[in-house]
Amino acid sequence: MSSGADARGDGAPILKLDRVTMQFGGLKAVSELDLEVPAGGLSGLIGPNGAGKTTVFNLITGVYTPTHGSITFEGRSIVRLRPSAIAHRGITRTFQNIRLFGSLTCLDNVCIAEHQHARAGLWHAVLRTERFARDERAIKQRAQELLELMGLGAWAEALASELPYGQQRRLEIARALAGKPRLLLLDEPAAGLNPLESDELMHLIEDIRKRFGIAVLLIEHDMRVVMGICRRIAVLDYGEKIAEGPPEQIRSDPKVIEAYLGEEVPAGSGA
Amino acid sequence: MRRLAWTAGLLAGVLILGALLPRVANPYIVQVAMLCGINVILAVSLNLINGFTGQFSIGHAGFMAVGAYGAGMFTLVIGQRWVQVMSVAGIPPVFAQGAALCVALVVGGLLAALAGYLVGLPSLRLRGDYLAIVTLGFGEIIRVLILNIDAIGGARGLFGVPVWADLFWVGLGAVAVVLVSRHVAYSTHGRALFAIRDDEVAAEALGVDTTRYKVLAFVLGSFFAGIAGGLFAHFLGYLNPQSFQFVKSIEVIAMVVLGGMGSISGSVMAAILLTILPEALRPVKDYRMVLYSLMLIVLMITRPQGLMGSRELRWPFRAARRRAAGAA
Repeated sequence: MSSGADARGDGAPILKLDRVTMQFGGLKAVSELDLEVPAGGLSGLIGPNGAGKTTVFNLITGVYTPTHGSITFEGRSIVRLRPSAIAHRGITRTFQNIRLFGSLTCLDNVCIAEHQHARAGLWHAVLRTERFARDERAIKQRAQELLELMGLGAWAEALASELPYGQQRRLEIARALAGKPRLLLLDEPAAGLNPLESDELMHLIEDIRKRFGIAVLLIEHDMRVVMGICRRIAVLDYGEKIAEGPPEQIRSDPKVIEAYLGEEVPAGSGA
Repeated sequence: MRRLAWTAGLLAGVLILGALLPRVANPYIVQVAMLCGINVILAVSLNLINGFTGQFSIGHAGFMAVGAYGAGMFTLVIGQRWVQVMSVAGIPPVFAQGAALCVALVVGGLLAALAGYLVGLPSLRLRGDYLAIVTLGFGEIIRVLILNIDAIGGARGLFGVPVWADLFWVGLGAVAVVLVSRHVAYSTHGRALFAIRDDEVAAEALGVDTTRYKVLAFVLGSFFAGIAGGLFAHFLGYLNPQSFQFVKSIEVIAMVVLGGMGSISGSVMAAILLTILPEALRPVKDYRMVLYSLMLIVLMITRPQGLMGSRELRWPFRAARRRAAGAA
């Protein structure tokens, strides 16, 4: 948006993973992973089921602490920070298995992520000061704007659990955006959507990236979905990065083809 | 400005009720009304922890006991002397006692809040049943400690706490706790509590410091329980460890569940209902608790989400205004 390089997604890295390993007992879920996410760009992380994609997200957002390796965001290490502290630094995410606050309205779901930007403390809330009212109005207004951006404006007062599946996915993105991230992590945002819906969503994600000038890292199981919009794609298989580069290159990489096609060879492997 | 008028109106209402009811009703009714007020505070404060934040605590009687003994001891050791000094200085005893009572309640509340902080810490690592067992253990530890400290009466109980809390003070305490809880719950901080209840992982990922808010819920809830305990001490004039047994915690949980997890107005209604019901059933003598339990079971079968679910009562005119604003 601002600079041409950033818009194309080949600016300086905003997030850098350096030889990150995650070991669960005898299982190496992620092994010696190097990954760079360029500022302002849209990148993809793909791989067959169980390749460790979501583990990478959990490492970046502080749910897990890596066994080895370093993760730096905007030049500062974020290893061992609490997930909430990482969110404050500017990384928010969505979840593969939707995790909305089901008993709250859509508006409140988005407001919660705005929470960290409220400056009025508890006393202001108890005494209902002018400053509290001003904060609360600002939060609600921005949340409503985000809902409208995601095409959920009419659902503001509906309970999140009552939304149709596709809308729930959109609400998760709205909620993640409310945290004013500079890096947005989307975990299979198109899972369970039909091809038409998923095309629509991908264009929306690209629009959002441009409008807010943020970097987006996208996990996707289905290669075709990300090929169209990602400038750069990394492929994981069994916790290791087997390829990285522009979509054209990934599409014809023999290792990638093997990883994806090989999935079907051993019958009943449960992929 | 409107808020100021409201507060003044509520204050006047409590004052009038506190002054009038003892004149027109017999002391028994006044006593039940005061118990209602104390139970309202307990139920609303437990709802902050259990209903709003989803942390299952079953040791609320323990926090109440800390507040009761803390406030009672404060008055016995310090408060009574203050009142003497103030009466020498020519301050009417009503005001002197009121002021001393307020300080005692805050002291009791702060001690209970400290206990809540200590119990809140394991809540950071434990969830669900495990946390429930820790809070259960805490409640029992408090009771057994009190039982064995001779300086605060031990098993004999604590005698001679001056009976300063009348209907006015209990009513004032209940109104204050309900208002503060409501303001906390329906603010950005309250939303953070709800988020923790619904999905802790997602709340944390969206920047809610779940540690801070879980401890906050425990501290605030136990502070209010401590105030309820302090009022109880100055209402009965006598404290006994038996009053703070596990059953008392269960009683408060029943109020929260019956009223609706996460509904302040529900807790208020259920607390009043469950205080009056056993009293109203006195005529049936031996069958009293049988009928009481039966009614609880029927209520929970017919309304498993509680009287109010997670909804709140709204002032009717305010709802109308909202509708009008929506239509415009």
